[in-house]
Amino acid sequence: MIPELGHFALILALSIAMIQAIFPLAGISLGKPQWMALAKPAARAQFLLLGISFACLVYAFVTDDFSVKLVASHSNTQMPIIYKVSALWGNHEGSLLLWAFILSGWGFAVSVFSRSIPTVMLSRVMSVMGFVGIGFLLFMIMTSNPFERLPFPPPEGRTLNPLLQDFGLAIHPPMLYMGYVGFSVAFSFAIAAMLGGKLDAAWARWARPWTNVAWIFLTGGITLGSWWAYYELGWGGWWFWDPVENASLLPWLVGTALIHSLAVTEKRAAFKSWTVLLAIFAFSLSLLGTFLVRSGVLTSVHSFAADPERGLFILMFLGVTVGASLVLYAARAPKLKSTGRFDLISREVGLLVNNIALVTLTATVLLGTLYPLIIDALGMGKISVGPPYFNNISIPLGTVLLLMMGAGLFIRWKKDKPERLIKILRIPAIMALVMAVVLPLLFVPEFHWRTVLGLLLASWVALTALLWFSSQGRSPFKKPLSVWGATLAHLGMAVTVTGITLTSMYSIENDVRLEANKPGYVVGEYEFKFVKVENHQGKNYKAIRATVDVFQNGKPLETLYPEKRDYGPGTMPMTEAGIDAGFFRDLFIALGEPVGKGAWSFRIYHKPFVRWIWLGGILMAIGGLLAAFDGRYRRTRKIFLQERKNKQANKVAKQGATA
Amino acid sequence: MKARQKRLIFVLLGVVAVVGASFLITKAMQGNLAYLYAPEAVLAGEVPTDKVIRLGGLVKKGSLKRSDKTLEARFVVTDNRGNEVTVVTNKILPDLFKEGQSSVSRGMLKDGIFYAEEVLAKHDSSYMPKEVKDVLKKEHTPAPVKDTVK
Repeated sequence: MIPELGHFALILALSIAMIQAIFPLAGISLGKPQWMALAKPAARAQFLLLGISFACLVYAFVTDDFSVKLVASHSNTQMPIIYKVSALWGNHEGSLLLWAFILSGWGFAVSVFSRSIPTVMLSRVMSVMGFVGIGFLLFMIMTSNPFERLPFPPPEGRTLNPLLQDFGLAIHPPMLYMGYVGFSVAFSFAIAAMLGGKLDAAWARWARPWTNVAWIFLTGGITLGSWWAYYELGWGGWWFWDPVENASLLPWLVGTALIHSLAVTEKRAAFKSWTVLLAIFAFSLSLLGTFLVRSGVLTSVHSFAADPERGLFILMFLGVTVGASLVLYAARAPKLKSTGRFDLISREVGLLVNNIALVTLTATVLLGTLYPLIIDALGMGKISVGPPYFNNISIPLGTVLLLMMGAGLFIRWKKDKPERLIKILRIPAIMALVMAVVLPLLFVPEFHWRTVLGLLLASWVALTALLWFSSQGRSPFKKPLSVWGATLAHLGMAVTVTGITLTSMYSIENDVRLEANKPGYVVGEYEFKFVKVENHQGKNYKAIRATVDVFQNGKPLETLYPEKRDYGPGTMPMTEAGIDAGFFRDLFIALGEPVGKGAWSFRIYHKPFVRWIWLGGILMAIGGLLAAFDGRYRRTRKIFLQERKNKQANKVAKQGATA
Repeated sequence: MKARQKRLIFVLLGVVAVVGASFLITKAMQGNLAYLYAPEAVLAGEVPTDKVIRLGGLVKKGSLKRSDKTLEARFVVTDNRGNEVTVVTNKILPDLFKEGQSSVSRGMLKDGIFYAEEVLAKHDSSYMPKEVKDVLKKEHTPAPVKDTVK
């Protein structure tokens, strides 16, 4: 009964989405305000219905209703309740429902927090969101019904992929989806503004906080995913340039460009068409990401079962969305006159360079990701594009980006003097250079230009951010939240770059063979001694657990217990690494396999500064959060309400005068 | 600044971006693309020995041998049609590595032996990497993958 209710709510949501998409738009062109007024209640009803649908599916998972196919194939009674819930989105159908639910949530939020937006604009925005909703709901109802029943329910379900039975991964997909789907808001605003033909600074101001919030979630989701890959996949890597990872990075890069470009459009009324284009691309790349993950066209650890029909549907949806947006763009762009004037040396141009670097990076990563697909489709063989490709392109482009990131903060809008900039930037530049050369000389075993470059860029970004923060007048707690946000986000980037540089340059990674109670394996000042292997019973798995004593300079430091877990028939074995985490270094040990004569193979890693990678991600997300709650967005509303009041007062006064 | 000059800047930046990107891409692509080959192609001598490639196929039953002293493992990759190549690796084999199952190894060929830097195994009981399936399927073409590369 409950699953049918969920299914029914899903179908109702589709019809409501159609109303939300069609009526407001029709109302605008036919001049019927009643039809336009349907936009808000429709968005709220859709949120309610999808909420019901989602809750029904959660209920089915939590109560182990194995008559629902999805539950039977992804969950069982033995799993802890949190993984029963997260099993909902650990599969294709459920994750689509989550997608649609989050989309309706964003629609609901826009309908609630957008009182300052004129009705016509809001109706258009809601209508565009309605169209996106129709696409996803149709997809779900036609090809991937999450509520499908089994005629003969099994007594026990299969299990969720053990890799996904982890707290980090329980919340990783929702975070990522919040980000992906969040870009649909900026997209809807851009399309709505184009439909209206009025692309003034106002749409940028409305779209900015929404874009920020979406970006925060995406940043958080990617950070979480990277952290999870590090401790859960058992090879101690934090980024593999896997197609699906790239799929989440692409919208992030364009989203970052969009945030900065929106600032220019709002403040200086420049880059109008460019910003619109970025908004379209950010959302299109989110859709592309969904397509890549869901269709299984790429060989990846993340792909769910391949299903060409589904892939085709998303590809068509993507084609229609991108195609229609670009046609609209082509029709409207010539009319978009950017009014803001600026010189060659100006913050506008700085942000433009930063934007171009980000977009170029996006394009090259996209090419590397899709290249194997293209080559295969052309029948030219099967290739894989390795991490060196991505490293080779991201280092030079990242260099341009980070140099600009530091300088851009100080360049004035419109026009600036190079002499003035040089005077200000001289000090942080010299300090960064000194740090980049001296620190490696003091602390690291080998001197390498990549270390110097990485540290130079990181300290440059950090120093300029701090200098800029202190130059913003006022005492720290009176500064606007956006200043705090920008500073934190830039500092976060510097922290991440430091982490990436030092981890990639100075990690020691070895696959070794250890015999029990023999002299251990030495990495720097650490020694790993293999003590024993024993069986261990977990809540819903059996494990082989090794005991490894770690010594630092001969003194006992810690005992690590890397495991190999078995979650029962039909699942793959899992490697659970033993990690001694630290602010400056991680010790990582993963259990391999028995290699004869009582010996086992181990992966032993020493990873300096690896935590900084995710710490930086967290800082960036917090920075984005602060910026999104900056007071000026609320002030905009106040001003608007005040203006409306004045207008009405004027009207009344006029009417009074004529009468 | 005049509109014409501004347009010029936009165009210049665009050109710089495109030229820069293409330069980086061509440079990065060199030597970083790993083609997938079947054992048959290796035996036919069609595989370059100076480049990193990937070798796909089934792990022959009973072929896995380990060293007593080091981590070194040897196994034979076959296409079940009599074409076999020996693979040597010093890395930990993945959890899913099993004799009789499919695998893809990345490494270089030297004197008829494939030295693998990385060995990947299939993902779950019902899944075989599409690439390997395609390689194994093409029974009649003499060189399953490379034949299409002209």
